[in-house]
Amino acid sequence: MKIGVLALQGDFREHIVAATLAGHSASAIRRESELNEVDALILPGGESTTIALLAKSYNLFQPIRKRIKEGLPVYGSCAGMILLADRIVDGAQGQETFGGIDMTVRRNAFGRQVESFEGEITFNSKLVNGVFIRAPWVESVGKDVQVLSEAAGHPVAVRQGSLLATSFHPELTGDLSIHQYFFDEICR
Amino acid sequence: MSEATGTARVKRGMAEMLKGGVIMDVVNAEQAKIAEDAGACAVMALERVPADIRAQGGVARMSDPDMIEKIQAAVSIPVMAKVRIGHFVEAQIIQSLGVDYIDESEVLTPTDYENHVDKWKFTVPFVCGATNLGEALRRINEGAAMIRSKGEAGTGDVSNAMTHMRKIGGEIRRLTAMREDELYVAAKEMQAPYALVKEVAETGKLPVVLFTAGGIATPADAALMMQMGADGVFIGSGIFKSGNPAQRAAACVKATTFFDDPKVLAEVSRGLGDAMVGINVSDIPAPHRLAERGW
Repeated sequence: MKIGVLALQGDFREHIVAATLAGHSASAIRRESELNEVDALILPGGESTTIALLAKSYNLFQPIRKRIKEGLPVYGSCAGMILLADRIVDGAQGQETFGGIDMTVRRNAFGRQVESFEGEITFNSKLVNGVFIRAPWVESVGKDVQVLSEAAGHPVAVRQGSLLATSFHPELTGDLSIHQYFFDEICR
Repeated sequence: MSEATGTARVKRGMAEMLKGGVIMDVVNAEQAKIAEDAGACAVMALERVPADIRAQGGVARMSDPDMIEKIQAAVSIPVMAKVRIGHFVEAQIIQSLGVDYIDESEVLTPTDYENHVDKWKFTVPFVCGATNLGEALRRINEGAAMIRSKGEAGTGDVSNAMTHMRKIGGEIRRLTAMREDELYVAAKEMQAPYALVKEVAETGKLPVVLFTAGGIATPADAALMMQMGADGVFIGSGIFKSGNPAQRAAACVKATTFFDDPKVLAEVSRGLGDAMVGINVSDIPAPHRLAERGW
């Protein structure tokens, strides 16, 4: 399977490494032509305002929305979760998202960097180390959204159809189980 | 669930999220807003940009907490702030404000000419400057979670940033080519802890994110540093000392992402107006060069 990782800003290299270790070919995506060639897309962690702005400037916004509508499997971590949310709270003025998951996400919900943390959470009934960095959480979800993990009383991993989003960063831990779930359960 | 704040992974991970981005110096909320709207991945709140510190002289210290809080209130992106080298009380104060990253910076007047801050004692992560690999590893040993090559701040002259990136990259490549039994002497010569030297020799990279700073004034400068292997760039005086800050800021953000695409770089370099005038590093007497602060 050809996995594309949106490489406008953020920790896209870590996702490329994770996808490669999971046995897939992974490449950086910065242009529409590159997007057209992939079977699945990962939206990395990073600064969601920066990524959205660059996606707009380089005409990736509509093509990504279109492919999401057509059923492209997409996994977003942290900033990627924000980009997959239909609605956001505490965004920058006028901040837009690709959307796709019927949820409201609160940006920087866990607080500033001094409140960033790591800890064990349950994902799909397995324990994983959740690394939360200025992380968002999900405020509310629509009826078609499945909650896969919770922390601090809020959903932090959700799935709707072929879209997966986590508040935390499995790409920083060396634990491939979230990526495996995406590739094996969603992309197949 | 048991939660741990301030772990090395959480501190270093924060820097991972900044990669491929531009961190811009701002002196007030208006500038911070311009930086955010232009796509900065973080802002550095400080009272005077390095070019003004250099021009006005005097002792440069941490910024007024009021000014930092106004900037925190104005933007949603991470806010960083500088403390003087070795001034751990300034660092305690800045941490209490909830700043996202502290820069223990040679741009401010040093407080301690032997010791840097013990950065392991803090929950907030630190970025420190380095001119060579040994200096970078000493800072990491003290707990720095991110390194930036120093360059020569406030000049608009990118030559020292180039020198430092070549030096750090060259020393890493040299380590990777060594026999294992030669690493002990390499650690001794670069005055760095053996464990970190061995780690760099094995992985071929620093254990933390490496940005570039000091003298970057144009999109081409930013792209040059990215092609030299930087994970991202700090732009200090280069944006708000130029003719059209908003446009230059956006151009530098695009150049940092599309650093290997000359067509994009040509496009964003058009019609930017005047770059900061700058000064040649070679015209600055050695005692006034900021890069030489830090030990």
